[in-house]
Amino acid sequence: MMKIEAIIQPSRFESVKDALLEIGIDGMTVTEVRGHGRQKGHTEVYRGREYTVDLLPKIKLDLVLPDNLVNRAVETILKSAKTGKIGDGKIFLTRVEEAIRIRNEERGESAL
Amino acid sequence: MKRMGILCCCILTLVLSSLPIRAQQPAASSPRAPSAASASSSDSAKAVADKLNQLDQRVTAAQSNADNAWMLVSAALVLMMTGPGLALFYGGLVRHKNVLAIMMQSFALMALITVLWALVGYSLCFGGSGPVIGNFQFAMLRGVGVMPNADYAATIPQLTFMIYQLMFAVITPALITGATAERMKFSGTCLFMTLWFLLVYAPMAHMVWGKGGFLNASLGGRFPTLDFAGGTVVHITSGVSALVCALYMGKRVGYPKQPMPPHSLVLSFIGACLLWVGWFGFNAGSALSSGGLASSAFVATHFGAAAAALSWSLAEWLKNGRASALGAISGAVAGLVAITPAAGFVDPMSALGIGFVAGAFCYWMVTKFKAIFGYDDALDAFGVHGAGGTIGALLTGVCARMVINPIYGDGKAVGGFDGHWGQVGNQIVGILLAWVFAIVGTIVTLKIVDAVTGVRVTEEQEIQGLDITQHGEEGYNLEA
Repeated sequence: MMKIEAIIQPSRFESVKDALLEIGIDGMTVTEVRGHGRQKGHTEVYRGREYTVDLLPKIKLDLVLPDNLVNRAVETILKSAKTGKIGDGKIFLTRVEEAIRIRNEERGESAL
Repeated sequence: MKRMGILCCCILTLVLSSLPIRAQQPAASSPRAPSAASASSSDSAKAVADKLNQLDQRVTAAQSNADNAWMLVSAALVLMMTGPGLALFYGGLVRHKNVLAIMMQSFALMALITVLWALVGYSLCFGGSGPVIGNFQFAMLRGVGVMPNADYAATIPQLTFMIYQLMFAVITPALITGATAERMKFSGTCLFMTLWFLLVYAPMAHMVWGKGGFLNASLGGRFPTLDFAGGTVVHITSGVSALVCALYMGKRVGYPKQPMPPHSLVLSFIGACLLWVGWFGFNAGSALSSGGLASSAFVATHFGAAAAALSWSLAEWLKNGRASALGAISGAVAGLVAITPAAGFVDPMSALGIGFVAGAFCYWMVTKFKAIFGYDDALDAFGVHGAGGTIGALLTGVCARMVINPIYGDGKAVGGFDGHWGQVGNQIVGILLAWVFAIVGTIVTLKIVDAVTGVRVTEEQEIQGLDITQHGEEGYNLEA
C-alpha cells in the first residue's frame, strides 16, 4: 500500500478528480491548504500599504492505494494537474503499513 | 425661491379673494337704502380680510408640511449613514475578529448620544445665545414641540429640527472609532464618547450653528465661518480627535510589520454606497427646507463625491498601475467629506473642483503622510475626515457664491470668487478653533477615561480580538 499526497492548483482539482474516477479510483481525502514552493506570491495594496501574499491557496489530495494502482494513479494526476507553469504542485509517495476500516475492522488492502 | 413662493401666494390670494367680491356685487346694485349698502361693503371687506387670513394660514401650513416631509426623510437618511453605512464601511476594513466590536461602537452611539441629546445635548448645542456653548433652556427637551424655532428653521416643527440635528451628533463621534479600531475597550469607548460629546461636539456645534455662536455666519458670529453641513463641526473635530487618539493609544500589536488587510471589502463597499446616499440627507437636508437651496446642496454633494472617487482612483492608478475598489470608495467618502461645508454655497463646477482636489489630497494623506509619521490611524479617520474636512472648509471660503446662497444679505459678496477674500481668513479661524477644541478636548477626555476605565485592551485581548473579549461573541460562526 502506498499513500499518494498530491498538492495541486485549485483550478485543476475538478479535472484531476474526474480523471481519477475514470480509472476507477473513487476514494480520496481533499484538503484546502496554503503554501508555497518556488512560485512567488503576489502583492496586494490597501490604501498604500503593500502586503506580500506568499502563501498561496492549493488543494491537497490524499489517496491510499494498493501497489498495483499507484503508477497509473500518479500518471493520471501528472497528466491532469499539469499546466506547465511554476506553482503546479508536487506529489509525495509514502509506504503505508496498515489500513483498517472502522465499520467492520477489515485490515490490509481490502480495507481500502 | 422664497420670493417666487411669495409671488405665487399673492396671485393666488388675489384670484381667490376676487370671487366673494363678485358674489357681493348683485346685492350692492339692488335698490336698497344707502346705509344698508355701506354696511354690506364693510361686511365684504371683513370677509375679504378673513379669507386672506385663512389663505395665509393654509399657504404657511402647506410650506411647513412640504419642508417637514423632506426634513424627516433627511433625518432618517443621516441615521442610515451611521447604521448601517459607517458600521459596514468600518466593519469591512477591520480584521474579522474585530468586526462586531467596531459595528457595536457605531450602534452604541446611536443609543447613547440619543439619550444624552434628549437630556442636555440639544440644549447645549442650540439653547440660548452664548458665544461658545448653549445653555439648559431646552434641557429634557422642555419647550421643544411642534412649534418651529424661528431662529433656526421657521417652517418646520422644532421637534423635527431637534431630531435632525441629533443624527449629526450620533455620526460624529462614530467617525473617531476608525482611528481607535481593533484596540479600544468598549467601556472606555462609551465613557470617551459621552465626555467627548459634551466637551468637543456641543461647543463646536453651538459656535458654528448656534445663535450668537462665535463662528456663526447668519446669527451674529464674531468670525462668520461658512459651514453648511458640518465640515468643521463634524469632520474636522472627529478627524483631528481621531489623530490624537491614535497617537495617544499607540499602534496596534504588530503594526506595521504584520499584515492587517481588510477582512471584507464587500461590506465596506456596501457601507460606502449607503454613506453616499445618506449624505444627501446630511447636506441637502442642511438647507432645513425643501426648496432650491436643498437642490443646490444635493447636486454639489453628488458632484463632489464623483469627482473625488475619480481623482483618488487616478492617483492610485498612476502610482500602482491599478485602480482598486477600496480606493474608489475611499475617494468618494473623501469627496463627500470635503463638499460637506461647501454644499449649499458653491455651484456645481466648484463642487467638481473641490471633489477632485479632496480625492487626490486625501490619497496622499493616507498613503504618504501617514507612512512618514508612522501613526496608526487604523481606518484613516484622520486622513479622510480630518484632512478632507480641513481642505473642504478652506475651499468653501474660496468658492462660496452669493448667487447660490446670499447668506450675508442680497448683493453682498460671500466667498473669494465673489471678491470677498476675507472669508478665507474667517474659514481659517474656524478651522484653527475646531483643531484646538478637538486636540485639547480629546486629550482631557482621554486622561479622564484612562483614569476611570482605561482606554486600551490588554495585548492578549487585542490578539484574541475584541469581539470575543469585549462582547463574548463572534461575527462569523462558520461552523454553527
